[in-house]
Order: sequence, then structure tokens, then C-alpha cells
Amino acid sequence: MGSRDKTLVIQTPEGVVFPLIIASPIARFLALAIDIICVYCVSGILSAACQLMGLIDMDIAGAFWMLLSFALSFGYFIALEWVWQGQTIGKRILHLRVIDEQGLRLQPSQIVIRNLLRVVDCLPALYLLGGLASFLSRHGKRLGDLAANTIVVSQRAVSEPDLDQILPGKYNSFREHPHLAARLRQNVLPREAGIALQALMRRDSLEADARLSLFALIRTHMENIAKFPADVTDGVSDEQYVRNVADILFR
Amino acid sequence: MIVDLRKFIKNEEECWNELESVLDRIEKNPLDRMSVAEARRFHYLYERVSSDLSKFATFAVEQGTRRYLESLVARAYGEIHEIRETPHKFRPIHWFLTVFPQTFRTHLKAFNVSLAVTLVGCLFGGFIVTLDPSAKEIILPYQHLLQHPSQRVANEEKSLARDRLEGRKAQGAAWYIQNNTRVSIITMAMGVTWGIGTLIMLLSNGIILGAVIMDYILAGETTFLAGWLLPHGSFEIPAILLAGQAGFVLAAAVIGWGKRIPMRDRLRLVSGDLMTLIGGVAVLLVWAGIIESFLSQYHAPVLPYWLKIAFGVLQFSMLVLLLCRSGKHAKSEVETKEI
Repeated sequence: MGSRDKTLVIQTPEGVVFPLIIASPIARFLALAIDIICVYCVSGILSAACQLMGLIDMDIAGAFWMLLSFALSFGYFIALEWVWQGQTIGKRILHLRVIDEQGLRLQPSQIVIRNLLRVVDCLPALYLLGGLASFLSRHGKRLGDLAANTIVVSQRAVSEPDLDQILPGKYNSFREHPHLAARLRQNVLPREAGIALQALMRRDSLEADARLSLFALIRTHMENIAKFPADVTDGVSDEQYVRNVADILFR
Repeated sequence: MIVDLRKFIKNEEECWNELESVLDRIEKNPLDRMSVAEARRFHYLYERVSSDLSKFATFAVEQGTRRYLESLVARAYGEIHEIRETPHKFRPIHWFLTVFPQTFRTHLKAFNVSLAVTLVGCLFGGFIVTLDPSAKEIILPYQHLLQHPSQRVANEEKSLARDRLEGRKAQGAAWYIQNNTRVSIITMAMGVTWGIGTLIMLLSNGIILGAVIMDYILAGETTFLAGWLLPHGSFEIPAILLAGQAGFVLAAAVIGWGKRIPMRDRLRLVSGDLMTLIGGVAVLLVWAGIIESFLSQYHAPVLPYWLKIAFGVLQFSMLVLLLCRSGKHAKSEVETKEI
């Protein structure tokens, strides 16, 4: 989660707190653009079907076309958000979802209202009013979201992290000194342990110089808490040192 | 205390994966129902993962696993804690004859405001045209309304020897339906602007209506006007008023004069009613569009004016009966009292 992401924190009756990441206006605009392209594609198909129908009766075909294109302009968003529980094709591609403001499931009336209010949000053109409201709102709500009590959240698929990659369970020479390992466990604060683990997990995204100096810093800090004898630390790189420490702390 | 991550994950991983697969299944097939045993298991898994997240948030610092658990709890939370009644099987006739009129009556004050604003517009439009007949060129948006009423009556009564709308009636009906429904949606949606937009829409509609009515009355074409407007107008004009009613209900929820509940709750209370009102408006406008295209545009001698007027009056009476009396003794299914 980037620090610039807006979040909505939900506290469940069980006392568990979790954040929902509010979708950025840019992501929402892109999702909308994809949806508009989809609406154009579907209306192209409907137009062709109505033209074929026009071979039989021009009047009926014209009427069908008018009603279908009108129904499509609202119905596309309402139907998909109804069936896919808050997602359209654009939102699905960009991992966005409309949800109730309290983190609950969407009600049909909420879906209908937020989509009917698009007519106001798109005033005077290109969703300017909705975009402005969304930029100004704490939870990125356009007017339709405000009236329907909905928010659009970013739902990137989060998979279970693979700890084996960073704590592979190999031989750890520091464990030869259980009293020092115990001291380390006792004195390292959870925050400090977290920094060591995060550094290991993000090591590949760091630049070479930053990576070297970061692990050197953490090593120095950990050595101040519990100093292991030279026979197990000589020749061990700073990164390996931190890996051994994390192995002791988290296993 | 720092949690032994590996042991913790090993012990709990199975539950996390099971909950994830249940959530995937729910999201893929939202209409599927769970058996009681499945629902119990789902609830158990949710509570267990919530508890894991709680433990993790307190004693561990590893962000990846925490984020993973948060995403699972967030997804399950909406499913578990949603206690609002989901609509039963939709019964359109019951909805139209009972729920819609009940909703209308619940928000009668908003309807009265809508009616009053339209009447003010009508009076203003009528007054302007009486004062300066040439003002209709500025007020009236459609070309066929700009010609002198007597001229139009003469043209239309003369041209009825052949069906001037032949091959265009269905398209005409479709245009009226989609145009009027769009205007109604905008009128309702404008309620979010504290009702200012709704007020402007109703006022401008009223001005146009008043100007047309006065123009025809001054030209001595009252019978033609009644025969032309009543068959479709008896549904179309009330439908716009109902859309205005929905707009003012929305506005009242946004403004919340003297209400101690937060705006979020006020909006939540009226959302179902707004959907009912705008749904009712759409039904009325579909019928009005068909009548406008297939009946209203035909005049005497093809269709005698008295017949068209009688049809319009009958239709209007039925609508008034529906809105004022229908579903009166049935159990109220309206979600909220007047805001």
C-alpha cells in the first residue's frame, strides 16, 4: 500500500480493524474509459442487429434501436454491478470494486441510484462534476456515490506471502549460541524485527548501494542488542547476518 | 513478543485457504445459496481468520501476511455482516399496485413541493405569453409549437385524410419514452444539488407547459389542446411531478433539516424509495410514450375530441385512485417514513 493511498478503516463488531484502499480518481477514470469502449462495442452490435431487423420493418427496428441504446447507457453499469457485485468490465480489469460505505455488500437500490446519478456527475461534460467531487471528497466519492452511500475500492489480489523465500530454514550458525539467540528474541522490539524482515523481502527492489548500506545499518543495530562471537560472524555478509537474525526472530 | 511466523502460518494456513476458496466461489456465483452447514462453516472461518488477524496485528510485523489476512477479512466481512433484508422475488404487479403508491404517499410533502413549483412555472409561463405572445419564441423549444395554434389545428385536421405518421409511430413512441425518462432521471438526480437542480427542471417544464396552454387558450383552441394533451399528459405530467418528488426526497436527505441522524443514514433510509419512485415514473412514461405516438397525434374527425378528452380524464382518475388509494390497507412495505 503506497503512503499516498486513501484508506477507509473499518472496525468489525469483533473488534478487528482492516483498511480498504480507496480507488484513485485516475484508476476510476481509466475503468470508465474501458466501460465506455465496451458500451460502444455492444451498441455497434445492436445497431447491426437493428439494421438487419430494418429489412423487415424499419419503424420497429428504429424504435428498438432507440430504446436499446438508451437502456444500454444506464443498463450496462447497473446490470454488471448487480451481477458481478460492484464490478463492471473496466473495474474488473483494474481490480476496482464498488462496495457499501460500511464495507458491506451492495444493495440493488444503491447500484441503481449511483448509476442514475451519472447524469449529474457527467455535467457539464466528461464527468467534470463527478471528477471534481471525487477529488475533493475524503473517500473519493462522486455525487452518485455520495447519494448511494458507496465507495470504490482497489482490490489488488493479495496472495499469501511465501516466507520460505526469505527464511528458507537452512542451517543457521547463530543457533549454535542459544543464549544469544534468546537475548536477541527478548530485546528486539517488534518494530525493529519488522524492519529487518521488510528489508529482506524488499531487497530486490533496492539499488545496490542502498541495499548494502541498509543491511550494514541493520547489522550494526542488531549487534548492539546481542553480539554473536566472531567465529560465527566472520565472513558473513551484512545481508546474511540480517537473514540469520530474522530467522531467529520469526521461527 | 514476536509470533513464530512459520509455526503460526503452518497451523492456520488451511483455514485461510478454505476461506479464500469460499469467497472466490461466492464472488463467482453470487446467486448461489449456502446450506446451513456451509454458512456455519463460513462464519467459523471468518471468525478464525479475524482472530488470526487480530493476533497478527498485535504480535507480528510481517506486512505481507497481515495484508493477506486483511484482504480475506474485508472480503468476508461484507458477506457475513450484511443484515439488510435482500429483496424477495420481485413481483411487478404487487410492486406497482402496492409498494409504489405507498411510497408516493409516504413522501407526499415532497410531491406537494414538486406540484407547487410546477404550478408556479405554469403561471409564470402563462403570464408571460399573455403579456407578450412573441415571448413564446424564446420559451418554447419545439418548432411545431411556435406556429399559431389555429394554423396548427387547421393543418393537422386537414392532413388526417392520410396517416401522416405512418411508418414512424413506433419510433415516435420510442423517442418519447427515452426522452421523457431521461428528463425524469435528470430531475430526480438533480436532487443531490440540494434540490436546486430539481427545482430548475420543474420550473422550466412548468413555464413551457403554462406557455403552451395559455397560447392555445388565447387562440380559442382549448378543445384541441385538451384532446391533444390529456391522453398522454394525464400520465406524462404526473410522472414528471413524481420524478420531482423523488428529487426533493433526495434533497431532503442531503440537507437533513433538523434531523439528528447523519447524512449517510438519511440517504440509506431513502435509497429504496427513490428506486421505487423512479421505477414507477418509468412505467408511467412507457405508457405515456405509446399513447402520445399512437393516439394523441390523431385528431377530429378521425378521433372525436370528446373521446380523447374522456380517455385522458379516465386515465388521470385511475392514476389518482392508484396513487391515493391503492395498497392503503396492505401492510406498509415502504422502507422509511418521510425524511
